[in-house]
Amino acid sequence: MNRRKLITTGLAAAAGASGLAIAGGLAKRYGLIPPDSLGPYGPGETLTYAAQRILTSHSMAREFSPSEISKPPFANGEPPKTEAFQRLQAGGFADWRLAVDGMVARPASFSIAELKSRPSRSQITHLACEEGWSYIAEWKGVPLSHILDAAGILPQAKYVVYFSIDRQWWDSVDMADALHPQTLIAYGMNGAELPVGNGGPLRLRVPRQLGYKNVKYITRLTVTDNLKRFGDGLGSSSPAAGYAWYAGI
Amino acid sequence: MCFLALLGTGVEIVISHPRFYWGEAGNVNTPALFKLPIPASRGSVPTGYGYVLPDQNGWSRYLHFQTAWVAVFTGFLYVIFSFFSGHLRRDLLPRKGDRSWRVFYSEIRNHLRFQRPSEEEAWSYNLLQRLTYLIVIFVLFPLVIWTGLAMSPAIASTFPATVTVLGGQQSARTIHFFVSVFLFLFLLIHVLMICLAGLKSRMRAMITGRAGADKELA
Repeated sequence: MNRRKLITTGLAAAAGASGLAIAGGLAKRYGLIPPDSLGPYGPGETLTYAAQRILTSHSMAREFSPSEISKPPFANGEPPKTEAFQRLQAGGFADWRLAVDGMVARPASFSIAELKSRPSRSQITHLACEEGWSYIAEWKGVPLSHILDAAGILPQAKYVVYFSIDRQWWDSVDMADALHPQTLIAYGMNGAELPVGNGGPLRLRVPRQLGYKNVKYITRLTVTDNLKRFGDGLGSSSPAAGYAWYAGI
Repeated sequence: MCFLALLGTGVEIVISHPRFYWGEAGNVNTPALFKLPIPASRGSVPTGYGYVLPDQNGWSRYLHFQTAWVAVFTGFLYVIFSFFSGHLRRDLLPRKGDRSWRVFYSEIRNHLRFQRPSEEEAWSYNLLQRLTYLIVIFVLFPLVIWTGLAMSPAIASTFPATVTVLGGQQSARTIHFFVSVFLFLFLLIHVLMICLAGLKSRMRAMITGRAGADKELA
């Protein structure tokens, strides 16, 4: 290798490294780094999340016509077998509560009836599981953004963490998805109550992400600016099970 | 290497639901277009086999997407360079004299007779090779990328037409599967042909960019 080649290669490497550093800084500033960005698959995950966030921040999930609703309806998984859940189910979920806490001005707690008295939204969207199956259903619920407004989210909020009654199962979304008009706290499906098999009485519905982000049986929402405080700090129970935090693909 | 990683992880992902559908939605309650005769890695899929394979879907998805980035980036660079370096015009587009059905048939005949390539062919690609490479580079690879992205709910929200023209999200998945099978067959035949044409000299030519090194050494 001669001197000129060495200098050019050196300059190119320096330019590449500083380019990466600048890109990394910008990505961090605009919230384009997912919480599971460290580790062997971090580079790919960060590229995917950043690219999709830039492309999709305000896009609307596709909505379908009533004739496209999947028949017969499909329910995946088993409802929790815990005593607490079965007791609530026996009471027709009248005592089910959804708590809203964290970085909010007015922490609150809602019953299903209170949620139903709020403005609602219905939409016919596709739910796709990362396994490969999918179904189309009509979902009815109160937009998450409405509940967050009611609780008064603080300006530094970056994520909304949501928990299933089964505490092993929790997840989070960034504000782009949390405040998205199609993100619902769903309590109805196909014109009826949300069946237990599909996540009833309450399920978070994030139609721009895959099925596993749509956590069933939710009881608590926590607004935060830092996901490191939750679980093992990866933003969701999914990365510990091997699955990506961001599930837009 | 990227392709093998994508293929391996793709197989792992398919194993979690080895049923394929046409249209927008499909699940075990709806009729399948076809099913792969393999057990699944999820107990919720009735396959007729009495057991469930270990679930490798999580890291397979992570690795599949990371490798896709590397493969797409490399492929993009290759296409750009092949445009500007003349590789596309010189080596891939059929030669002027070859653009006829007569040459096409005669090459097919030669292939079916298993004639080994002549000395001059060691220096360039013949018509069938050129057509195959063009199809792989400009049809199959773009199609596999497109159908892969069309399965993404986020991409579908921004570019809904990329899904609807394919017939739906499940159609995209089915096409993605078939294109991957074609790419795998291409790879198999490609490697087989290299072996038939002389593995050692081909590998040397591929890496050093010089053909006929055997003769010089001899």
